[in-house]
Amino acid sequence: MNENRKLRLLVGKVGLDGHDRGAKIIARAFRDAGFEVIYTGLHQSPEMVVATAIQEDVDAVSLSILSGAHNYLFPKVIELLKEQKADDIAVFGGGIVPEEDIPGLKEAGVVEIFTPGASTDSVIQWVRQNIKPRNL
Amino acid sequence: MKDDDRKGSRTLGEWENRTLKPFTDRTGERDVDFSTVSSLPIDRLYTPEDLGPDWNFDEKVGFPGEYPYTRGVYPSMYRGRLWTMRQFAGFGSAAQTNERFKYLLGHGQTGLSVAFDLPTLMGRDSDDHMARGEVGKEGVAIDSLADMEVLFEGIPLDRVSTSMTINAPAAVIFCMYLAVAEKQGVSFDSLNGTLQNDILKEYIAQKEWIYPPKPSIRIITDLIGFCTRSVPKWNTISISGYHIREAGSTAAQELAFTLADGIGYVQAGIEAGLEVDAFAPRLSFFWNSHNDFFEEIAKMRASRRMWARIMRERFGATDPRSWMCRFHTQTAGYSLTAQQPYNNVVRVTTQALAAVLGGTQSLHTNSLDETLALPSEEAVTIALRTQQILAEESGVTNTIDPLAGSYFVEALTDRMEREAMEYIDRIDELGGIVPAIETGFPQKEIADAAYRYQQQLEDASKVVVGVNKHRMDEKSKPDTLKIGHEVEEDQLARLEKLKSSRDQAAVDRCLAALSEAASGDENLLPLMLAAVREYATVGEVSEALVPVFGRYREVSFI
Repeated sequence: MNENRKLRLLVGKVGLDGHDRGAKIIARAFRDAGFEVIYTGLHQSPEMVVATAIQEDVDAVSLSILSGAHNYLFPKVIELLKEQKADDIAVFGGGIVPEEDIPGLKEAGVVEIFTPGASTDSVIQWVRQNIKPRNL
Repeated sequence: MKDDDRKGSRTLGEWENRTLKPFTDRTGERDVDFSTVSSLPIDRLYTPEDLGPDWNFDEKVGFPGEYPYTRGVYPSMYRGRLWTMRQFAGFGSAAQTNERFKYLLGHGQTGLSVAFDLPTLMGRDSDDHMARGEVGKEGVAIDSLADMEVLFEGIPLDRVSTSMTINAPAAVIFCMYLAVAEKQGVSFDSLNGTLQNDILKEYIAQKEWIYPPKPSIRIITDLIGFCTRSVPKWNTISISGYHIREAGSTAAQELAFTLADGIGYVQAGIEAGLEVDAFAPRLSFFWNSHNDFFEEIAKMRASRRMWARIMRERFGATDPRSWMCRFHTQTAGYSLTAQQPYNNVVRVTTQALAAVLGGTQSLHTNSLDETLALPSEEAVTIALRTQQILAEESGVTNTIDPLAGSYFVEALTDRMEREAMEYIDRIDELGGIVPAIETGFPQKEIADAAYRYQQQLEDASKVVVGVNKHRMDEKSKPDTLKIGHEVEEDQLARLEKLKSSRDQAAVDRCLAALSEAASGDENLLPLMLAAVREYATVGEVSEALVPVFGRYREVSFI
């Protein structure tokens, strides 16, 4: 039964970064692709994002970061999910992330990072292949 | 041969039937969507018919330096003085940015432009819990006057013009600038520069706010009132379309929402008891220059004509300087690609040329590596050289508004004006820009346009070279600038030291006086100036007003 339910994705803006063009586009594209989408709105702390993710029973958290604070914010969200025993929630994201930072982020547990120019279609395909409904 | 074959067509319709159709029947036309980057359809050919029977040169175009300023705000334009080449810079610590400023001034740049980091833009100190990981990342970290003193160390403030891209806490940062001037012995009336100070576009697009619209506008009118009396050469608001465009608007939406913001500020100034001609001459604008060459030129030309009419007819301004839409332009950050980044130099050149032909007063050209990281020194130099080549080699500065009279450019200018005016009318129907923002109207229009454009990129009906066409495998990326974590550590240490060495009792007194004044109608600027002189921080001054003003919360939607 679980296998057939719609994926629930949280699209989050974490930190003080106000650039929400990408987050809104990906949120709409996810919705149009048939996923259930929760958009956090702007200026969320890692704690707020994790609380929403758990409360909303999402399958994955997708973060958009264009502020250069990705090396702090991604690992922080993952650490908090672990603390809450919710690290079966996958974390992926996109934004202005220099290539050389990506291996470190993946090591910290970020499943995938999409950089400028990635099509929403390629992100949706990736989600379909890599994100599975959690057993709740 | 018949006689009329030699005469040529007399109308567009005749030409289409007689000459074009037989030709395209054989060869066809390319199967692409002939439209601007904003999806405005463009015709094959423009003729006097497109201007309509009532089109009047004096009314629509006229002469430079004269109402309605379509051809430029100054009579001599670039023959008199070139535009100000103003590269936006700021990263890391105040000392690092000070070094970059001196580098740019040493290489022929003529004005400074400060980029602040996100915590500063949000009115938060570096030690705020939300600031973790963001200190000095996207701009320079400024907590107090002590940082501002370092930022402008060795730069005499009466000899540069300084543009500061700061909005929600603009008044606080401006007071710090004034305090630096005091320390340098520079009088306020010799200060030149621009404060972005455009909170309305923050709610619409850039999203860096502190308080709700009403109290935010009160701070702005206080600042305008203060400058009108004491800092007369300062440009008090740079009403900005740039971020609206970056958020995904069309060119016409950028024009419309920005002018609507301008109307909002002028209205607020008048309601605060200021004489329109006392403050309107110090309002300026800030446009984005995107890839679509003619659309941008038309937008800029239309902006001058529209603002002149709005100020004269709607607000009854009588000083010609109140009618002038003077503006800064920045090339479109969003248009740059991480793929084949050197191609960005060409994009920036086209966009910069459009800004020049659009009659800009100052220009920032983006660096080729901006989608990868903060710009490196080499990339910044190429961007500045691009402007210098346009100014000194291309010959486009020899004559004023060279595209005037082009059937296409004039028709497109008229069209921009019409489309933007329709939006402004709708905003008026909603009760003005603040109620429009509160209902999410401009935000929704922009999000829809951004999504539409993204779909056009994905189906490749709009081409981005290197991204959805002409792709290739790439091995190396240009070197980029990195901001290390030590910037945050150093800044936190500086701030801690400052807080323990200043006169805390004086700080507390100043902040209490400010909180108290917020609930009355006293001008807040002198009180803010007093507080920053005592080294009260951006965060402390901003927080002091929260109990009275509240915090803004956006209703978010997708």
